[in-house]
Amino acid sequence: MFPFLRKRIVSSAIPLVFVVLGVFFLARLTGNPVDLYLPLSATPEQRAEFSADQGFDLSIPAQLWNYLVDAAHLDFGTSLRTGESAGGMVLDAFPVTLQLAGVTMLLAVTGAVLVGSLAAYRPNSLVDRVASLLSMTAASIPDFWFAIMGVLVFGVGLGLLPTSGTLGGPEIWILPVATLLIRPFGVLVQVVRGSMVTALSAPYVKIARSKGAAPRRVIFGHALRNAVTPVLTVAGDLTVGLVNGAVIVETIFGWPGIGKLMIDSILQRDFAVLQAAVLLTAVTIFALNILVDVCHALTDPRVRQAVPA
Amino acid sequence: MTRTAAPAPTGTDDPALDVEGLCVDLSTPLGTVRAVDGVSFSVRRGRTLALLGESGCGKSMTALSVVGLLDPAARVTGGAVRVRGSDTLRLSPAERRKLAGPVLSIVFQDALTALNPVQPVGRQIGEAFRIHRGLSRREAREKAIELMTRVGIPEPRERARSYPHQFSGGMRQRLLIAMAVALDPDVLIADEPTTALDVTVQAQIMRLLRDIQNERDMALVLITHDLAVVAQRADDVVIMYAGTVVEKGPVRDVFSAPRHPYTQGLLDSVPEHAVRGRPLPAVPGSPPELSAVPPGCAFQDRCPLVRERCVRERPVLRPAGEGRTTACHFAEELTHA
Repeated sequence: MFPFLRKRIVSSAIPLVFVVLGVFFLARLTGNPVDLYLPLSATPEQRAEFSADQGFDLSIPAQLWNYLVDAAHLDFGTSLRTGESAGGMVLDAFPVTLQLAGVTMLLAVTGAVLVGSLAAYRPNSLVDRVASLLSMTAASIPDFWFAIMGVLVFGVGLGLLPTSGTLGGPEIWILPVATLLIRPFGVLVQVVRGSMVTALSAPYVKIARSKGAAPRRVIFGHALRNAVTPVLTVAGDLTVGLVNGAVIVETIFGWPGIGKLMIDSILQRDFAVLQAAVLLTAVTIFALNILVDVCHALTDPRVRQAVPA
Repeated sequence: MTRTAAPAPTGTDDPALDVEGLCVDLSTPLGTVRAVDGVSFSVRRGRTLALLGESGCGKSMTALSVVGLLDPAARVTGGAVRVRGSDTLRLSPAERRKLAGPVLSIVFQDALTALNPVQPVGRQIGEAFRIHRGLSRREAREKAIELMTRVGIPEPRERARSYPHQFSGGMRQRLLIAMAVALDPDVLIADEPTTALDVTVQAQIMRLLRDIQNERDMALVLITHDLAVVAQRADDVVIMYAGTVVEKGPVRDVFSAPRHPYTQGLLDSVPEHAVRGRPLPAVPGSPPELSAVPPGCAFQDRCPLVRERCVRERPVLRPAGEGRTTACHFAEELTHA
C-alpha cells in the first residue's frame, strides 16, 4: 500500500507546483496589482507606499521567490477588506464547506447505492423505471432554481425551514444539503445502476447464487464491491465540484464557506484571499483524487498489485 | 473408462435429477424464441450424463434452468426439474436457495470470471458453509482449506488469502470445483469445465472431477461439445440440436451405432475417422436460427436422408432399441460404417 500511496502523492505534487505558479502569474496577468488593489482615487504617494509594502516594486523573480517562501509557510498575505491573515480566513471558511460537502456526499452515495442497486437487481422492473425517471430528473434540475423554490415553498410559504444562516438546530442543514444533494444523487444513481447491472450479470454472481446466496448477499457481498470503481471515480469528481463550487448554495443560504468567500473576494478585489482560497481548493482536489485512488486500491486487489513495489 | 455397471447407490434407483419436458423461451429484440424445447433426461447418483451439442443448441441454457440461474431474458415456460422428490420449478426462491449447494451445484467453464475478483478465494469457497450451515468465518475458512487441499492446491493455508488473478487457469478451475462440491451435492453440473484449458490440464481436471464424483457418489451432468470427453467419461449421452433432444442413450451404444443422422455426422467429423489427403468430413451447413426453425424436422436442411415427410412432419422422440430414443423418422436406415 505504501509504495502505491507514495507514487500517487509524487505524481500529484507535480501538477500542484503548476497550480501554485499559475495562481501567481494569473494574478499578475490581470494588470498591475496596485491598480487592482487600490481605489482610483489613491494618490501617487499612497500607491508607492502600498507597492513597497506589498513588495510589488521588486523584480518578478524576486516577487515569485517571496511568494513561494511565504506560501511554503502558509502565509498568503493579509486581506484588504479585514486586515486579517488571508490564510486564516480561508482556513476558517473551509470547514463549513467541507461539512456541507461531506454530509451531502455521504447521503448522496448511500442513497444512490441503495436505489441504484435495487433498480439494477431487476432491470426494466417498475422499481427500475421509477428510479431512472427520478434520477434523470434529479440530475437535470438546476440547483439555483431548486434552492429558490425551496426557500419560497418551505421558508416563505410554509414557514417550516429557515431561509438562510448557520444559527439554529439541524433544520438549518435541510435546504442547503437538499439543494447540493439533488444533482450528485441523480448522477450517482445512474452510475450505480449501470455498473451494478454489469456486475450482477457476471458469472461470479451466478456462482454466488448457485451457492444459495440470498439477494442481499449477492448484491452487497458480491456485486457491489466489483461495481464500486466507477462509482468512486464519479463520486470523487462530484465532491470536487462541491468543494470548489458550493458558491450558489453558500450565497443563497448565507453559509460562510469557501465558495462565498471566493465570490466576496472577487467582487471586492481581495486578491490575497482569493489566491489562498484557490490554492487550498486545488490542494483539496489533489487530496481527494489520491483518496479516490486509495479507495480503488482498497476495494480491488488487482489495483494494489498493479503498482510495482 | 465407462462404468456401465455402476452400483445402485444408497439402495435406490430413483434418479438424483429428473428433467422432464423442459421448455425455455428467450426474449430477443426480434421477438420470443424457444431456446429449449421439451428436453427430458434423468441421471442417478454415481452416474455421468453428457449433454452434447454445438454452441447455441440449448445445452447450457438447459443446465442453467436446472440450477435456476437463467438470465432475466430467458424464462422457463414448461416442464419439471425434480430433485429429492420436489419440482424445483415450483418452489419459492427461498426454498430453491436451500437446494442450491447441498443438492444441486454447477461448475462453469471460464474460471477467471466465475470467481469473484475482489474476494480472497478461501472466503468464496467457505461461503457455502456460512450460508447453509451457519459456520463462523473461521470455521468456514478451515473447511475451505480442507477443500483446497482435496482439489490439489499447493500450500492451501497461505493460498486461501490470495485472489483469483493470482492463480493459473487450471488452479482456478480446481478452486471452482472445490466451491461446487463443498456441500456434497447430489447432482453436479459441469458446463464445459475444461474448454478454456490446455490439453494436459484438461486431463487433470477431468480426472479430478471423476475422483470426486466417485468419492461422493454424485450424479454428474457434463455439458460439452467434445466427443472424446463424452466417450471417455459419460455413461449416457443426450444429443441436442436447435433446442431439442435428437438422440439419447448409453454412450457405448449411441457412439457405436448412432440412430440419428446428426449424431452420425458428429461422429464422422472426428479426425480419427479421417482419411489422409482428404478434407475432414463435417456436417454441412449450420444450425437454423432459433427464430427460423423450419416446420418439420429442424435438421432437414443438413440431413443426407431428408425426404418429403421430414419437411412436413416434426419427428418426436421414440424408442430405438434398449434404453435408447431417437427423433428421426428414418433412424432404421442408418448403419454406422
